[in-house]
Amino acid sequence: MSDLSAIDHGNEAGFGDYVQLLKPRVMSLVVFTAMVGLIVAPVHVHPFVAFAAILFIALGGGASGALNMWYDADIDRVMRRTQARPIPAGRVQPGEALALGLALSGISCVMLGLAANWFAGAFLAFTIFFYVVVYTMWLKRLTPQNIVIGGAAGAFPPMIGWAVATGGVSVESLLMFALIFMWTPPHFWALCLFMKDDYSKAGVPMLTVTHGRAATRRHILVYTLLLAPVAAALALSSIGGPVVLASAVVLNALFIRGAIRIARRDEAVAEADGYKAEKAFFKFSLAYLFLHFGALLVEKSLTGFGLGGW
Amino acid sequence: MAIRPAHEIHTRRFGRNLGLGLVLGALALLIFGLSVVKISHLQEGKLPAAEATQ
Repeated sequence: MSDLSAIDHGNEAGFGDYVQLLKPRVMSLVVFTAMVGLIVAPVHVHPFVAFAAILFIALGGGASGALNMWYDADIDRVMRRTQARPIPAGRVQPGEALALGLALSGISCVMLGLAANWFAGAFLAFTIFFYVVVYTMWLKRLTPQNIVIGGAAGAFPPMIGWAVATGGVSVESLLMFALIFMWTPPHFWALCLFMKDDYSKAGVPMLTVTHGRAATRRHILVYTLLLAPVAAALALSSIGGPVVLASAVVLNALFIRGAIRIARRDEAVAEADGYKAEKAFFKFSLAYLFLHFGALLVEKSLTGFGLGGW
Repeated sequence: MAIRPAHEIHTRRFGRNLGLGLVLGALALLIFGLSVVKISHLQEGKLPAAEATQ
């Protein structure tokens, strides 16, 4: 029956498979944080230029997602969570993902440079380089701090948004970077605690495997405690205000409470209630970031009415 | 082999072709829009400077 399988097109890639290569869920976070970075900046950008710039930043993020899936196809094949991705599932050839990623990287950086400014375009190129080469190719398989380094790549979008408007970097944009940078490790390690992916089989030195789950719980608490002063500094900066400060106090208090709860538990307790606290912490971490950047947007829109800001 | 108006691959890959077509169309519209905005703003930006030299 081998002659029949030769013309079997059941496993052919559809348009959606190429969209999956761009990691649309990560892209939504990139779009939101880049948009906030662009809007809160003190320089006005024409709405259409802003729309196009955010689209190209998202496209650049998608390109790095495709390049990541090209390089990590061997890991994705081994781990349960990622086995259904287009490359491990056999619907897209690795070379296709590489080509798509490289082409979209070029298009997005050049178009962002033309639409906004060349500093923003170069910054996007650096972000793609950082995520694909520094994180995916180099440090992800080398150090248990891989999530911390990967978090830096995910933290660049609001800085790019800010650069689209201002053409540079400032304390405020660095603080937005720091907020996502410090937030990523507790967010991802909480997921690691209850997802129990087989990272050791895939050869990725995940903290839960190399240093154990108890150490991971302590790491979550330490990063959560370090996150709070960053959030406070952002609230006290020129893009902050009473709304951001109030949100920061409430969100960080709840986040720290969740981290303390995780640090005090051991595996036996967590196993018994089906990782309830870890799952709740992970869910809240998504709300934490969304509400924090949402508060920055609210503060900015209030200044239009003579309210908000310091 | 006779040339048929629609080869089997046309129907099989209709989704991909339609998707790519729409993406390229949207890109063209986006660049057109950017051109309009950039050109009209370039003129706005130049006007005050021209007046200043008068």
